[in-house]
Amino acid sequence: MLCLLGLSSRIQHTSGSQHLDDFVTRRLEEKLRAARVNTTSFLHTLGQVQRSSKTSKTGNHIAIILRTNCVVFICLFILIMQTQAGKGLPTAEEAYNFFTFNFEPEPQDESEKISRKRQKKKKAAEEDRDEEGGEGVEEQEDAESEEAPLVRDEEEDLFVIEQSSQDFLEVKKAEYIGYRKRVQQESELLFTPSFRTADPEGDYQLDVDVSGLIFSHHPLFSREHVLGARLAQLYDQHLTRQHNNLTGHLTDKVNFISRLSVGQSLTQAITMSSIFVCFSPECRRNTRQLRDSEQEKDRTLLKNIVKVWKEIKALRDFQKFTNTPYKLYLRRENVDRSSDEREYEDEILAEVVELEAESEEDYQRKFAEYKKQLEEWKLWRRKQRKKKKKGQAQDDTEEEDEDQEGSESEGPVEEGPPKPEPPEKPDFDSIEQQVREKASRIRRKPGEAILIPELSASGNITASELCPRAEIARREDVSRRSLFIKILYNDKEVSRTDSRSLNTDFRVHFGQIFNLKIVNCPQSINLQVFEEIGSSCSLLAQVFVPVPEPSVVMGNIPLEEFEFSSNQRVMFDHEGVGSDVPLSFEADGSNKQTLLTSGKLSCCVSWGIGEDDVPLAPPVSQQPVGIHSGLGRLDAVTYIGASGLYDMKKIGEWATQSRLDPNDPKNASIMQLLKVASSGEVTAPEYFRLEQLQEEFNFVTDEELERSKRFRLLRLRNQEVAEFRNYKGVPALEREVTDKVFQDYEKRLKEGEIIDTKEHLDSHRALVAKYLQKIRESVINRFILAKHHYLLSDLVVEEEIPSIGGAGSGILGINLFKLAEPKRPLKPQRKERKKVTAQNLSDGDIKLLINIIRAFEVPVRRPQTNKPGQSSQSAIQGSDWLLGQVQVRPFVEVSFQRTVLQTTTADGPNPCWNEELQLPFSAPNGDYSAASLQSVKDEVFINIFDEVVYETGVVIHTRVEKHWLGSVKIPFSTIYSQSRIDGTFKVNTPAVLLGYSKELSHGTNGGYDTLRSLSEGVFITLFITIDPQLVPGESIREKVNHFDSQEDEHLLQASERFERDAAQAYPDRPCITTIIDLNGKTVFITRYIRPLNPPQELLDAFPNNPQETTALVARFVSLIPSLPDRVSFSGACDLWSTCDQFLTLLAGDEEEHAVLLCNYFLSMGKKAWLIIGTAIPEGPTAYVLTCEQNHNYLIWNPSSGQCYGQHETFCPLQTVGSLVNADNVWFNIQEYTSPMTMSFDVTKTNLWKPFFSRTFSHPGLSSVQPDELVYRRTDKAAAAELQDRIEKILKEKIMEWRPRHPTRWNRYCTTTLKQFLPKLELSGGRDMAEGHRHELQSLLGDNRISGFPLHMPFSEIRPIIEAVYSTGVHHVQASNVEFALAVYVHPYPNNVLSVWVYLASLVRT
Amino acid sequence: MATNSPSVFLLTVNGQIEGANFPEYDNLYCKYCFVYGHDWAPTSGLEEGITQITCKGSHSSHKLIWNFPLETTFKSTNPSGWPQLVVSVYGPDVFGNDVVRGYGATHIPFTPGQHTRTIPMFVPEPTWRLQKFTSWLLGRRPEYTDPKVVAQGEGREVTRVRSQGFVTVSFNIMTKDMKKLGYDTGPSSPANTQSLK
Repeated sequence: MLCLLGLSSRIQHTSGSQHLDDFVTRRLEEKLRAARVNTTSFLHTLGQVQRSSKTSKTGNHIAIILRTNCVVFICLFILIMQTQAGKGLPTAEEAYNFFTFNFEPEPQDESEKISRKRQKKKKAAEEDRDEEGGEGVEEQEDAESEEAPLVRDEEEDLFVIEQSSQDFLEVKKAEYIGYRKRVQQESELLFTPSFRTADPEGDYQLDVDVSGLIFSHHPLFSREHVLGARLAQLYDQHLTRQHNNLTGHLTDKVNFISRLSVGQSLTQAITMSSIFVCFSPECRRNTRQLRDSEQEKDRTLLKNIVKVWKEIKALRDFQKFTNTPYKLYLRRENVDRSSDEREYEDEILAEVVELEAESEEDYQRKFAEYKKQLEEWKLWRRKQRKKKKKGQAQDDTEEEDEDQEGSESEGPVEEGPPKPEPPEKPDFDSIEQQVREKASRIRRKPGEAILIPELSASGNITASELCPRAEIARREDVSRRSLFIKILYNDKEVSRTDSRSLNTDFRVHFGQIFNLKIVNCPQSINLQVFEEIGSSCSLLAQVFVPVPEPSVVMGNIPLEEFEFSSNQRVMFDHEGVGSDVPLSFEADGSNKQTLLTSGKLSCCVSWGIGEDDVPLAPPVSQQPVGIHSGLGRLDAVTYIGASGLYDMKKIGEWATQSRLDPNDPKNASIMQLLKVASSGEVTAPEYFRLEQLQEEFNFVTDEELERSKRFRLLRLRNQEVAEFRNYKGVPALEREVTDKVFQDYEKRLKEGEIIDTKEHLDSHRALVAKYLQKIRESVINRFILAKHHYLLSDLVVEEEIPSIGGAGSGILGINLFKLAEPKRPLKPQRKERKKVTAQNLSDGDIKLLINIIRAFEVPVRRPQTNKPGQSSQSAIQGSDWLLGQVQVRPFVEVSFQRTVLQTTTADGPNPCWNEELQLPFSAPNGDYSAASLQSVKDEVFINIFDEVVYETGVVIHTRVEKHWLGSVKIPFSTIYSQSRIDGTFKVNTPAVLLGYSKELSHGTNGGYDTLRSLSEGVFITLFITIDPQLVPGESIREKVNHFDSQEDEHLLQASERFERDAAQAYPDRPCITTIIDLNGKTVFITRYIRPLNPPQELLDAFPNNPQETTALVARFVSLIPSLPDRVSFSGACDLWSTCDQFLTLLAGDEEEHAVLLCNYFLSMGKKAWLIIGTAIPEGPTAYVLTCEQNHNYLIWNPSSGQCYGQHETFCPLQTVGSLVNADNVWFNIQEYTSPMTMSFDVTKTNLWKPFFSRTFSHPGLSSVQPDELVYRRTDKAAAAELQDRIEKILKEKIMEWRPRHPTRWNRYCTTTLKQFLPKLELSGGRDMAEGHRHELQSLLGDNRISGFPLHMPFSEIRPIIEAVYSTGVHHVQASNVEFALAVYVHPYPNNVLSVWVYLASLVRT
Repeated sequence: MATNSPSVFLLTVNGQIEGANFPEYDNLYCKYCFVYGHDWAPTSGLEEGITQITCKGSHSSHKLIWNFPLETTFKSTNPSGWPQLVVSVYGPDVFGNDVVRGYGATHIPFTPGQHTRTIPMFVPEPTWRLQKFTSWLLGRRPEYTDPKVVAQGEGREVTRVRSQGFVTVSFNIMTKDMKKLGYDTGPSSPANTQSLK
C-alpha cells in the first residue's frame, strides 16, 4: 500500500519526466521478473504478505499493487505504455504477459475479500502452451467450485470444461473488415433502362451498395459449422441484450417505483400525476414480472451459450479436427461477496416485503370482501330465520351456534347465497421461500463471479491434409462454389456483382456499389443471390429491398442486413450437412433438426447525390402526413415521417409529446442527440478532422489570403506559371504590388478562347495555332512536373567508367595512355564536353557558338559593262572583271534573337572565313529549364552578303552597302536537340538576284561541270553548337508500351524486339516500327502508308509532263508549313498525324510531310518508300525515296520539295536507317549508311532486314489513313485579302525599322514587281531571271536596283517579318533611296498558301 | 536618405572563411559563392571568390588557415530564399590532380551580431567500387555539376556522399529595415531599438 502511494505521488511530482520513465520501467521489469519466476513462490509470498501485512521487500510490491486497486494499476500501466512507447521497455508482449499472467488460485484458507480482488485480475490466462500444465487442472477445479452454485441442476454440469484456461484467455478484438473501403471506385457502372420514363427532366440515381453476405446456414456447413453458427447467433443475441441492458433498466425501474411508493407524498403525487398512472401497484408488479422474465432469459441464454460451446468442443474432440475458428471465453468479473450478498438479501427482502405488502393488501381486500359477503349472508340468514320462526315454532338458539345451524340448514335452503369462506391468511414464509426459489433459479448466486462470455474467431482451423477424406471433400466443394448477386430493378436485371468465391467461413464480401441511373418509377428492388458451381449457376434466394425514401441519400445510411432463406433440398455424401435434411447431434440419432439454407445479406439502397448536394431522387407525389393520433405518437417514424428524422426540431417535438423515457437505454442515443441539439450547438460533425487546430493557427481568413496580391504573386511564382516563373523581387509590401503585374497573365487566361486574327490573318490557321498552343502548354506543364525528378547524372559529374574491350570509350590501358597525352596537341580533336543540365543557368550563361568555315559558289556580281555612262563604281567593277579579280566580297552575318554578328569580308565566290561567332542566348522569361528551352521558337539566320563599296563624289567618300545573297536558317530547337550541327548546307538563294549571276566560271574548270550541274546552288559549311553543352530534354522517357494500343500483342512484341535488335547492332541508324498517333495510341507504322489522291488541280496542271506534275506535288507538300514536333510537343513524344489531320492542322514536321508525299507518289503510280534516317540540319527525319525508270532512285526532301539523285554530293540526307512502305519495314544492315554508297534493293535480305518475313507474315494491317482526301477549293478572294494585309504590315514594319530616315516607296517599281511575282510562282521558283532583269533594267534605267524575291509557305505573319528583317534591305542608308515592296499570295487547294515577298531598294544614280 | 517606409531590407555580411579542419589533406583552397532566392539581389561586394592555397603549419598540426574575408550586402523584399554560403574545398591528390575535397553550405545567420559557423563538408561518392578505383587513379573524382546544388534540397536523394572535415566561417551580420517591414529576427539589443527612436 505504502509503496503504491509512494509511486503515485511520484507520478504526480515528476509526471512525464525521463526520471519517471526510468523509474517505472525498472520497477516494472523487476516486478515482471519477480512475478514470473515462480508462481508458487509468488503465492507463498502473497500468503506471507497477507499474514504479515505491509513489508517493504521489492518482490512484494507487485502483490500489494495488484491487491490494492485494479483501476489505479491499469491507469498506471497506460501511462507507462505511453511514455515508454519509444523505448520498448517493457515491450508490449512483456506487458501483455504481465497482465495476462495466470495467477494461481489461492488456498482456501485465504480470506474471501482478498480472493475476490485477486480474481479480478484473473480475467486472463497464459497462452495455449500452458493448457496441459497443472494450472489447467487447478483452473478447472477453481471453475467447478465457483460455478457449482450457479447451476441448479447438478447433473447438468455445464462448466466442466477440460481446457478452461484456454477459455479464460484475454479476448482479442474481432477482426473488422472495412466493407465500404472501395466505395467510390465502381461508380462508372451505370445503367440506363430505356422504357417508360418517370420524369423526362429527372436525372435520378439509385445507389445500390451490395456489401456482402453471411450464411447462417449453408448446405455445405459441417456439423461444427452448424453449431458454430448457432453459437454466433446466441452470442449476437447476448450482445444485443447486453447492449439494451433491459434487465438493468427494469431493475432500476422497479427500485424506483418501490421507493416512490414508500415515500410517496401528496404533492409529489400531484406534480407527477400525469406520469403517475404507470406507477400503480399493478404496474409495479408488471414491471417486476417483466424484469424477472428478462433475467431468466439472460440466464438461459448464458446457459445455452455455454452448452453449445461444450457441444462444439465435444464435436471437435470427436472428429479430431477443427473447422471453425470460434473460441468462447468466459470472463469472470468478481464481485465483493459480502456486499453482493447484502445486496442480494436486500433485494430479496425488498421483494418479499413488497410481496407481503401486496398479499397483505390483497388479503385485506379479500377480507373486506368476505366481511361484506358475510354480512349479506347473515342478513339473508336472518331473514330466513324469521321466516322459519313464523312458520315453525320459534326456537331461540344461541348466537354462537349460528354457524353450525347455518351449515346444517344449508341443505334445505337452496336459493340462498353460499356462506362466504374467510380468505386465507397470507403465508409470509412461503412467500419468502418462493422469492428465494425464483431468485436462485433466475439470478446469480450472491458472491458468485459474473460470467461474461466473449466469442472470438481467433482459433486455428485444422489444415486440410490432416482431415478425413469426407471433410476434405466438403472443403473442396466449398472452394468450388462462388456466389454473385443480380440486381433486379422493376424485375429487370440491371447489373450483377462480380463472382466471389465462397470462403471457408461462409462469408462473401462483394463491396460493390451500383449506381443506377433510373428513368422509370422505382417499384421494386430485388437482389438475387446466385450460387455458381463450375459453369452452372442456380438461384439460391431472393431479397426484396424496400425503395428508399427520397431523403435517404448516399452516405448517410448504414448498411442494413436482410435475411434470406431457401427451401431447396440439398444432400451430400461428404461432411456437408445439406439443407432440408434432418440432422441430429445426439449419439442415438434422436432430437432431429431440419436446417434450411439461410443467411443475411448486407446491403443498402440510397439515392445518389447530385453535384449541388441535391438528392437525385424523384419527388414523392404524396408525402405521408404525420397522423397526430395517440397511436402515432409512439412511433417516431409514423409521427414525423422518415424524412423528418433528420430534422432536429421535429424529433425534439416528438420526443416531448411522446414522453420518451429518458432513462431507457434504448433512447440513450436519441436523448444524447436532443441534448446536443437543444444546447444550441450544431450537430456533432460526422467527419474526422485531421488538423483540428488549423483554424486557430490561421492568422488571416482564407478569403483575405486570397485577396492579397502579394501572396498571389508568390503563389503563382511557386506554381511556376509561365509569366511568373522567374519573377524577381516580389515587393515587400502589399500596396507595392501593382495590378499591372497580373495584366498579361489575366489577359492570357481571359483570352484563352478568343482568337487573335490580326496576328494570324487567317482564321483557320489561328484556330490551329490555338489548338497547338494548348497542347504545347499541357506538355510543358508535364515537363515542369518532370523537371523535379533528378537522376544522379543531373547532380554529380562522374567520369565514365573505362570499359574494358568495349566498343565505346576504349580499353583501360588506352585511357591510361591519355595521361601522357600532350596538354595542347597540335591537331586538336573535338572532345565530348561536359553536359550541363539547364537548372542553374541564368541569362548570359549560354552562348551559341557558330563556326563559319567556308562557302562554295557564291553568286558573283554581274558586270554592267554593256551600258555606257555608268558611274564610277561600275568602272571599278568592270576593271575588276577585266583583271579577273574580285567579283564578289562575301561576308556572313548571323542574326539570332536580334543580335547580329558578322564575319570579316572574304574575296571571291569560294570564300573561306574560318571564324567563330558567339551569340548570347536568353531563354524566354529567364527560364532555362529543358522544357522551356525546347519550346524556343527562335531561329538562327545565317545570311551571306556581298559587301559593295561605293565611292561617291569628287571628295573620296566611300559608302559600304551590303547586298543579300542568300540565307540559311536553323531553328534553335534543332541545335538544342542535336547539341551540335556540323556540315555543309545548301543556302536558300532567291530565285532572282538582281545584279548577280551564278554562271561564273565558264570554261575555267570544265571538269567540274558534271558535278556542279548536279549540285546547283550555294553551299556553306558550318559548325554550330551551344556552350555550355546542354542536355537535351529527354528526361521523360515515355516508352512505347506505356501507351495503350489497339495493335495485336504479338505485333507489338515483335516490333519492340525488332527495334531493340536494331538499336543494339547499329545504334546510330534510326529504326521506327511503331509510332504514336494524335490520340496517344501506338500504331504500326505501315498503316500510315496508303496511296492517296493529290488535289486534282495539281494533276491537271501539266497533263503531259509527269515530271512537272511530280515536282508540283512535291512543291504543294512543301508549302504546308513545318512545325517541328519538338517545338510543338517539346520532344516528349513524336506524334504522327494522319494525312487528313495533317491537312486540317496545316502544320506538321518532316514525318507528316514525308508520309503525305509518299502517299501522293504511290497514288501517282510510283514506287515509293519512306526513308527513316538522319539529315542535316534536321537530325532524325523522314525522307521519301522513289524508284524511277531504269532503277534510278530519287530522294525527296518533303519539307523543301527538292529531289536529289542517289549519288548527289550535297544531299542533306546523311544516314538511311530504315525504309517503310505499306507492306513492310526494312532495316538497313549494310556496311554504309550514306545513300551514295548503298543499295536500295530491298529484296536483298542480306542488305535489308525485313520486319515481316516468311516466319512472321504480314497480318494484313488496315490503313489508318482515309480512303480519299477531300480538298477545299482554293479561295482566291481570301488570298487577295491576305496579300493586301501582309503588304500593309510589312510596309509599316520597314518604316518602323528605319526610324531616322524617311522611307519612300516607288510605286512604279512596285507594280512592275507585282506583275513579276505570279510568273515566278508558276515557274516554281526556278530561274527566269534573265528576262526579268532585262525588263526591270529597261524600265528603271537610271536606278540601281538591288533586291530579291523571298518565298515561303504561309503559316503566320511573324516568320515573314523575321525573314524580311534578316535580309537587311532596310539598312540602306543612302539619302535618295526608294523602296519597292510587292507581295503575292498564291492559293493552292485546301488553303495552302504560297507567299512571295519581293523587296527591292532603288538608288538613283 | 532614410525613409520611413522602406520597400526593401538590407543584409550586410562581413566575415571571413577562417579555416578548415581536414585531417588527411593538405594544400587546400576554398571556393565560395552565395545562393539566394528570386527576391534577393547583391548590392555590393563579391558574390563568389576563391582563396589562396594553404598548407598545414608545422606546429598547429590540424588547422588550415585561410582568413579569407567575405563582405557582401544583399537587398531583398522577402525573407524566402535567405542567402546561403556555399563553400567547396579543393586540393591536389597523390598524383597532383586537383580534386574536390568537400562541399558544404550554411545559411547566413538571421540575427544581427557575431556568429561562427562550422560547416561539415562532404563529397559525392563514386557509384561503384571499380569507379572509385579509376577515379582515384585518374584523378577525376565525382563532382557536383554545380556546387550550388548543396544549397538546394531537391534531387539530393539520388546522390551518395561521404563526410570529409569541417570549414569554419565567422560572420558579422547587420540588417536594416527588417523590423520596419515586419520581420523580427529575434533578440535585438535594447540599445538598438532605442537608437531607432
